[in-house]
Amino acid sequence: MSGQTLYDKLWNQHLVKQRDDGTALIYIDRQLLHEVTSPQAFEGLRLANRKPWRLDANLATPDHNVPTTVKERAEGNSGIKDSVSLIQVQTLDDNCLEYGIEEFKINDPRQGIVHVVGPEQGATLPGMTVVCGDSHTATHGAFGALAHGIGTSEVEHVMATQCLLAQKMKNMQVRVEGELGLGVTAKDVVLAIIGKIGTAGGTGYAIEFAGSAIASLSMEGRMTVCNMAIEAGARVGLIAVDDTTIDYLGKRPFAPTAEQWEAAVADWRNLVSDDDAQFDKVVTLQAEEIEPQVSWGTSPEMVTGISGQVPDPLAALDETVQRSHTRALEYMGLQANQKITDIKLDKIFIGSCTNSRIEDLREAAKVAKGNKVADSIKLAMVVPGSGLVKRQAEAEGLDKIFIEAGFEWREPGCSMCLAMNADKLGAGEHCASTSNRNFEGRQGYGGRTHLVSPAMAAAAAIAGHFVDVRSLPANDATHAQEA
Amino acid sequence: MKKFERFEGVVAPLDRANVDTDLIIPKQFLKSIKRTGFGVNLFDELRYLDEGQPGQDCSQRPLNPDFVLNQPRFKGAEVLLARRNFGCGSSREHAPWALEDFGFKVVIAPSFADIFYNNSFKNGILLITFPEDVVDRLFTEVDASEGYQLDVDLENQRVITPSGEILEFDVDEFRKHCLLEGLDDIGLTLKDEDAIRAFEQKHKAARPWLFRQSA
Repeated sequence: MSGQTLYDKLWNQHLVKQRDDGTALIYIDRQLLHEVTSPQAFEGLRLANRKPWRLDANLATPDHNVPTTVKERAEGNSGIKDSVSLIQVQTLDDNCLEYGIEEFKINDPRQGIVHVVGPEQGATLPGMTVVCGDSHTATHGAFGALAHGIGTSEVEHVMATQCLLAQKMKNMQVRVEGELGLGVTAKDVVLAIIGKIGTAGGTGYAIEFAGSAIASLSMEGRMTVCNMAIEAGARVGLIAVDDTTIDYLGKRPFAPTAEQWEAAVADWRNLVSDDDAQFDKVVTLQAEEIEPQVSWGTSPEMVTGISGQVPDPLAALDETVQRSHTRALEYMGLQANQKITDIKLDKIFIGSCTNSRIEDLREAAKVAKGNKVADSIKLAMVVPGSGLVKRQAEAEGLDKIFIEAGFEWREPGCSMCLAMNADKLGAGEHCASTSNRNFEGRQGYGGRTHLVSPAMAAAAAIAGHFVDVRSLPANDATHAQEA
Repeated sequence: MKKFERFEGVVAPLDRANVDTDLIIPKQFLKSIKRTGFGVNLFDELRYLDEGQPGQDCSQRPLNPDFVLNQPRFKGAEVLLARRNFGCGSSREHAPWALEDFGFKVVIAPSFADIFYNNSFKNGILLITFPEDVVDRLFTEVDASEGYQLDVDLENQRVITPSGEILEFDVDEFRKHCLLEGLDDIGLTLKDEDAIRAFEQKHKAARPWLFRQSA
């Protein structure tokens, strides 16, 4: 019998019951809650007169709707001017209070985007099953945790039963071998993967990211990669546990301590795919071939390298693809064969559960330092992923670098990644965004999103159009050696 | 959940690949804390010519005459015919809530995104996967004949076209059973309460760090 994949191991460790019809009950160790996908689940519990199965498995924080300006946030919930958003945030507070679920409220320094907060607190641990009513829950797989994005009915199901009804997925391994070039980041890696396998390439699979280039990433880089597994169609992204994982977790508030720590670490060391494990599909990319990526269309698979150009829709062989590309160019206001570096930007967004952690802000600040945002840019904003990331950045003086360069320095939340709060694009505006989705209207009605890394977004802010970060002084070899 | 019964329904074609959940129901409508009322904002950005706001009276808004659901011949459609990777993107269950609230009972496509697939069945919507060439053919047939209806028979896992052609489809047994009986997942799972408790005890003994003592 061949060995097990990491996904197989996690599945087996949580399998409560396998039913004859192919569905299974798997036990859930952690549920993260936010204001958008939980109210109907709590309401369902209430109507059925059910109680949460295990309170300590849940952790809540409002993130999607919260305003990000300092002035509004100073007022707490009453700073939320949109009355519908306010009700939603208030409802989360009320539900958590009523049921006794721990919540980091709007102005708690630990508040932030759920997928930044969980790992930062050590509330995401290797070997856990993690769910959240949010498709970017795949992020937590970076820790060797089995993390699923789920719908609201499933949120209610997990609250009531501590289990998820699931069917076992197939195993895919995406290997990135070699060494990434200077200025090429985790974001570029995952965009290149999506460009290669497509937005449905991972549908039905749990993707394990592996290979030397993945192993060399920091935990934050690994989270960026797993975060976008769903953009390749996979509900689950995974990376094996190693020293990087364990070093990140020591002393986090929710992480085990004392002798439990030692036992936990010993257990976590097994959270790797066996050498002889069989994958249903293996895809390999060469790290050296990946350049900084920019999306040009309305699906994350519509992406190319910075030295590339917008494709000609008629060059596609498949008619469905031709139609989608034609429609995408029309929506994006771009021409076939236009150079990526000729795309002019109106707004810049650095933030989201993909790229709002301290290392992301450092990368962007390195590019912004001593420069000015171009006059043609209407708004450039930096939105830290959590209150703790914000504090850390301020302790390092990153806020000052951004502010001096002409960026707005905001309070934590999902912000313009999906524009549920006041941060949004106007119709026709092009945005260099470190978020994860470039769907039509995602960042605002008629808005045009280009997905990039934090360094690429900062460089675009300064130039007013896309530029290759590898050509900037911050990335030239002598500077890198000094650093 | 209502029981899923055999029906004949008008088919509306949405000829576009990778329809994402942002397109099915834009984010401004996710602020509602209810499960109902999303139907008027289904495909909001395609359906209306202006930007929609939650709580607005949609009957006064300018309709996009080119959009399929605004065309009289597709009025009352209960089957949506779509292209590959339908429902990709976010996990928002508001997407199936909006489809259901609008009146759709079935979506047919060559492939669906995973989370959307789960969410739909949990809301009584049947998703049918047919090979790309069959879907192509259905698009052609729907286009050619006004009032085109399909007879959807979940019990026997088949769809019957107006010409009498029978198209069989696969659906997993558990989902089929839940749909046909209108069953609530949670109630079913709680029948296994003892098994869950037993697993939990064993799990806690083996990996106590997964349980927080403080809370």
